[in-house]
Amino acid sequence: MTALAIPRPHFAARLTGQVVSARWFSPVALLLLWELGSRTDVIPERTLAAPSKVLATLAGMIVSGELPANLLVSFWRVAAGLGLGVGAGIALALVAGLSRSGEAAVDPLMQIKRTIPVVALSPLFIVWFGIGETTKIALIAFATVFPVYLNLYSGIRGIDARLIDAARSFGLTQRELIWNVVLPGALPSLLVGLRYALTIAVIMLVIAEQINASAGLGYLINNARDFMRTDIIVVCLIVYAFLGLGADWLVRGIEKRALVWRPSIVEQA
Amino acid sequence: MDARRGFLLAEAAEHLPPVVPVEPVVRLRDFTRRFGENTIIHGLDLEIAPGEFIALLGRSGSGKTTLLRTLAGLDDARGQDITVPGSRAVVYQDARLLPWKKVWRNVALGLRGGNVRERAEKALSEVGLGHRLDAWPLTLSGGEAQRTALARALVREPQLLLLDEPFAALDALTRIRMHELVLSLWRAHAPAVLLVTHDVDEAIALADRVLVLDSGRIVAEERIAAPRGERDALVPRLRDTLLGHLKVAPSDGGIVRLASARA
Repeated sequence: MTALAIPRPHFAARLTGQVVSARWFSPVALLLLWELGSRTDVIPERTLAAPSKVLATLAGMIVSGELPANLLVSFWRVAAGLGLGVGAGIALALVAGLSRSGEAAVDPLMQIKRTIPVVALSPLFIVWFGIGETTKIALIAFATVFPVYLNLYSGIRGIDARLIDAARSFGLTQRELIWNVVLPGALPSLLVGLRYALTIAVIMLVIAEQINASAGLGYLINNARDFMRTDIIVVCLIVYAFLGLGADWLVRGIEKRALVWRPSIVEQA
Repeated sequence: MDARRGFLLAEAAEHLPPVVPVEPVVRLRDFTRRFGENTIIHGLDLEIAPGEFIALLGRSGSGKTTLLRTLAGLDDARGQDITVPGSRAVVYQDARLLPWKKVWRNVALGLRGGNVRERAEKALSEVGLGHRLDAWPLTLSGGEAQRTALARALVREPQLLLLDEPFAALDALTRIRMHELVLSLWRAHAPAVLLVTHDVDEAIALADRVLVLDSGRIVAEERIAAPRGERDALVPRLRDTLLGHLKVAPSDGGIVRLASARA
């Protein structure tokens, strides 16, 4: 049983082999099976709409302006929540990272906060802020504080002490030291935290919009559920996925600009 | 210029106004440094004259780094009789450039006054890196990084230049070139230099005076009057003396040991 004994495959067979081993093959195959299942009524529409139907609904919702309008509402919620959460995370991490007394004051509170699942806070938030925009934004903000705080704080504490020594020996003041050495050195960690925060923000958006929304992606989904419009639900899932992709793309863009000095990026340039 | 001659000059100065005794730029008197129970440096006396090139030899743990940190002003030395000049600069074994600042900005780090970019450019041209101003530090070779660190030190026009084993991580050829560069910069700018090294030959090739530090005490001092480049005849004797002070067997002893280990 040697390699020589195996007959040389035909051209068509080799092509089939290449196609089957390509990375796009299995998702496309699944889509085709799904479409086939819908057309033959193996998958009823009230269970799951066909991909072609989903695409048509997507196009219709874009043209009618229904999707852009609701997407904008959701986008605004994420942006406001992220802005507050990331801002607070950065501020707390600076306080804890740059002074011992700040660390003693802030870090225990953050560690306690970490143990509470943010989703479990939503009843309390509803009691406090009602079922309007404030609760949704507050949930996103509260959830995104921690990843930013933790990463930036450990980034500041992890700065190479030798670099700080060197900078001090060249007569930098404390303020210059923070601005020229500590903050740029902690920037990669901050961006890692930001990436986590963006992912969490999209997840929290989904959860927050289940709370009595009158606009936004969550509102579309809830409405569609009531009318058993599985096509609209799938459209919204696709939009959520693209939100996640867009967030990732955003952080990559920031990293590429801010960390241009890093060797992996330097070598590519 | 030994201590006795300095003393005579000081006496003569009263009668001959033009000759002034030179104030040392560095003076440590009975300097002691402890970390908890460990005494790292015991009652050390050290004077460095302006423009003097000193090499400090010592094994690991001899207190070299502690002494250098004190002279650099990085360690708290309150309650000690220490005089160091206001303008000091350090070059470390690892260049310690900030990777997120371009080469010229690293050189300009913490510079006061105007024309910062111009001064940084001039210093970088002086070390032969005029073409790398806008490079990122992580793209530099080891030799280039060390030359940048030298430029960063010299742009401050220090009265005291501290070199902490700056050539230890470089390959032999680069090291020889760096020796020449350091000497030419020293001649041009005339700072007092304290070179911390564990390379005896390097110390002999570069310094006016070689000190040996052992267990926090200066156990030997050798002045080398011969001009640099004409020291080859002195090297074997000096090397053996210094290695003896460092408690290392002379080099031929090492060869004998190696040979017997192979046999």
